[in-house]
Amino acid sequence: MKKQDKILTIILIAGLFVFILSADLFFDSYIKRVLNLCAIYTILALSMNLINGFTGLFSLGHAGFMAIGAYVVGIFTVPVEMRSMVFYLKPMHPLIANIELPFFAALILGGLLAALVAFLIGAPVLRLRDDYLAIATLGFSEIIRIIITNAQSITNGSLGIKNIPPTANIWWIFGTAFVTIVFIILLISSSYGRAFKAIREDEIAAEAMGINLFNHKVLSFIIGAFFAGIGGGLYGALLGTVDPKNFLFVLTYNFLLIIVLGGMGSVSGTIISAFIVTAGQEWLRFLDEPLSIGSFDIPLFRPGFRMVVFSILLMLIVLFYRNGLMGTKELNWDMLKRIGSKFSFKRPKGGEAK
Amino acid sequence: MSNVVPILKTQGITMRFGGITAVNNLSIEVNPGEIVALIGPNGAGKTTAFNMITGVYTPTEGRIIYCGKDITGMKPDQITKNGIARTFQNIRLFKKLSVLENILIARHLRLKSDFLSATLRLPQYRMEEKQMREKVDVLINEFGLSKYQHEVASSLPYGVQRRLEIARALATEPSLLLLDEPAAGMNPKETEELTHFIRDIKERYNLTVFLIEHHMELVMEISERIYVLDFGETIAKGTANEIQNNPKVIEAYLGVEEDA
Amino acid sequence: MSSTTLQHLANGVSLGSLYALVAIGYTMVYGILRMINFAHGDIFMMAAYFAFFGIATFRVPWPFAFIGVILATALLGMLVERSAYRPLRDAPKNSILISAIGVSFLLENLANYLFSGKPKAFPEITFFANTVVIGGVSIQVITFFIPAVTMIILAILLYIINRTKLGMAMRAVSKDYETAMVMGIDINKVIAATFAIGSGLAAMGAIMWGIKYPQVQPMMGVMPGLKCFIAAVIGGIGNIKGAVIGGFILGLGEILLVAKLSSLTGYRDAFAFILLILILIFRPTGILGEKTTEKV
Repeated sequence: MKKQDKILTIILIAGLFVFILSADLFFDSYIKRVLNLCAIYTILALSMNLINGFTGLFSLGHAGFMAIGAYVVGIFTVPVEMRSMVFYLKPMHPLIANIELPFFAALILGGLLAALVAFLIGAPVLRLRDDYLAIATLGFSEIIRIIITNAQSITNGSLGIKNIPPTANIWWIFGTAFVTIVFIILLISSSYGRAFKAIREDEIAAEAMGINLFNHKVLSFIIGAFFAGIGGGLYGALLGTVDPKNFLFVLTYNFLLIIVLGGMGSVSGTIISAFIVTAGQEWLRFLDEPLSIGSFDIPLFRPGFRMVVFSILLMLIVLFYRNGLMGTKELNWDMLKRIGSKFSFKRPKGGEAK
Repeated sequence: MSNVVPILKTQGITMRFGGITAVNNLSIEVNPGEIVALIGPNGAGKTTAFNMITGVYTPTEGRIIYCGKDITGMKPDQITKNGIARTFQNIRLFKKLSVLENILIARHLRLKSDFLSATLRLPQYRMEEKQMREKVDVLINEFGLSKYQHEVASSLPYGVQRRLEIARALATEPSLLLLDEPAAGMNPKETEELTHFIRDIKERYNLTVFLIEHHMELVMEISERIYVLDFGETIAKGTANEIQNNPKVIEAYLGVEEDA
Repeated sequence: MSSTTLQHLANGVSLGSLYALVAIGYTMVYGILRMINFAHGDIFMMAAYFAFFGIATFRVPWPFAFIGVILATALLGMLVERSAYRPLRDAPKNSILISAIGVSFLLENLANYLFSGKPKAFPEITFFANTVVIGGVSIQVITFFIPAVTMIILAILLYIINRTKLGMAMRAVSKDYETAMVMGIDINKVIAATFAIGSGLAAMGAIMWGIKYPQVQPMMGVMPGLKCFIAAVIGGIGNIKGAVIGGFILGLGEILLVAKLSSLTGYRDAFAFILLILILIFRPTGILGEKTTEKV
């Protein structure tokens, strides 16, 4: 990295720090919540992009891994004295009923458990290709959810777990997101990351270059699942409650939308897109409310319209803008400087070559 | 001559797909330092033979011995780690990645650091990455690829792509290099250059070369020995001279008795 | 045989037949385009809504309503193919997969928006709701009607595939796409026809599903859709008879699992996925599928 770019990066990080600080102090709880959600979705989408975009494995199991992380945080951070109130239908299993963990420990445990499950699932499914892999991972995500729904004495079944302490404030969440982003950038720019990309580009050639396909696929899958578990843990703590219905496989489609829009195989694209999509979904809530100008009711606006708009958006990107915002490229200072200079002194004339 | 241990030896390898026998009872010996060619008409089973040797297919019958070690049934990545590298008939580069990345990837197999030390850039990994880049730099310079370093593989001219594929194969540090139709799509002048090039890298990297090729001038010029396949059967073997005068080979190529 | 066993068997066979009808649509599309039509289950859901509105809202007599529903659904299937899959035919496989997921997502959200998320009761049709008493158990007419219709459809379909010009073209396209094109087969027409037939069958499945399990809601196609895809994989994807066999295995298995091991009722939906994973590990080509090797 050039010296000037290094300085710019430090300024950017400092700027973000100031932003979070002022957000924490001055923003109302709704905006903070939306920002937190954006950061959590960044973690989730980025970890899914590691598997799907960088390693080229079409996995749809993210909701399941997320559920594991969320439940571990739910199960182990609810204060022991409150548990009988939460588990009122059937008491918690005696083995875990008295174990209470600090939030950070529970969060890491959730990530590790998600990674362990990914390891066990990976052995059979990562030998499959494309759409078979998609359906098998989706299947496992549902199996995880079904097990959670049925394991009443551990997860409280379909009642869900309430009263999760709201430890996950904006610092926790943005801090974790930052660590995740840095970790993934370092990973994909290492030799392992190059091996992942090789697998994405051409499995046969990658194998001929001495890359053990299976080991590397499992590795990518496990790391992705670990961060999905972490994201899920933060999500559970932010919501204060987890419920099996929160983790239907349709949730995975949200992350898919984010990585397709941002670019399969682009970290910066994913981050930008996670914020656009998540904040967009919140701020477009007015689409779900009846809207009238004067006495005239605008006919389209009623519950459900927002999601229709989002699904049409996904279709438009897939059909006409297949590479998303960034494709496999990354935003860097050179690119920003170019864009900046274009806007500041020479307005682009029509038909500029890209 | 008799006490030379072959670097590669196949013992009656056979490959059947359903009812079709693509290669039947193929026995080949390649000695260290040799350039050996495998020729034959289209569909004779040459690439299938390569795929068996490199582990893409496991032969239905027979054994493959490399450096005295039975490698039959090993996975392609293990075989590459053992020292056999290859190129592909229809160039298989990592198309969207840069020339540099393409070659760096081929050095990943020699990496000792685990993913955590790599991600956290621990000293051992940093040292390995530095050495990796130095070696790749040397290859890039020797193959005349420095001006393309940061370009995406798919954007390179065809001949350069072929060269890159060989450079990438050499980055895995092989003793035996398998080239699947390296001159495909080249004009006579380029083929001529390639002939020298293959000889040159063979000497420089201390290689044994086993190649499939259709350009007979190239084959006859550089191969010390030649095997001829037709419909999966080995119909001839010998030096260039012997092969050129072998009636069976002429028949197979001209299709004297067959309907053409 | 006890009377409850008989009842379970009858239910299993009729559920299996429904799965079979929908699974055929997956298998036909996969055979030709080598893609999972993720939206197939949602086309099934739309058909159920069409039937609901036809009978309950517009009061069309049921035989006519059903024909209308089948035609409308076939059109919907062709529209999806034309607008979301055809433009991506030469795109990487993942793009088509994402597009299919996108269509599925869109149809679900559209149904939720247009018809509201609240479940609607499928209108009762006296003819099918009547019961007959066999061996001491009363069973609804629909329970017999479903397997009978499925068998007739299967016979017609096999005739079309094996004896007609369209069927020959379909087989040619599924064997070798490029060669079929070179031989002058109008690929677009064949693919459109495949989607029309597959969606039409899904419509029949949806109508009978609605009669048997009278509730219509936007997510109703998701689970049956996934299970029918699994049925197609179990039978050997691309193989129509295989899809039917897979449908029966899944339908019967599910009903018997719930009946015989009632403690596992909560795991009913997991059963199909576990079966899928087992089959993918031990016999990835399914029961009737052929092995293919990738060319290097």
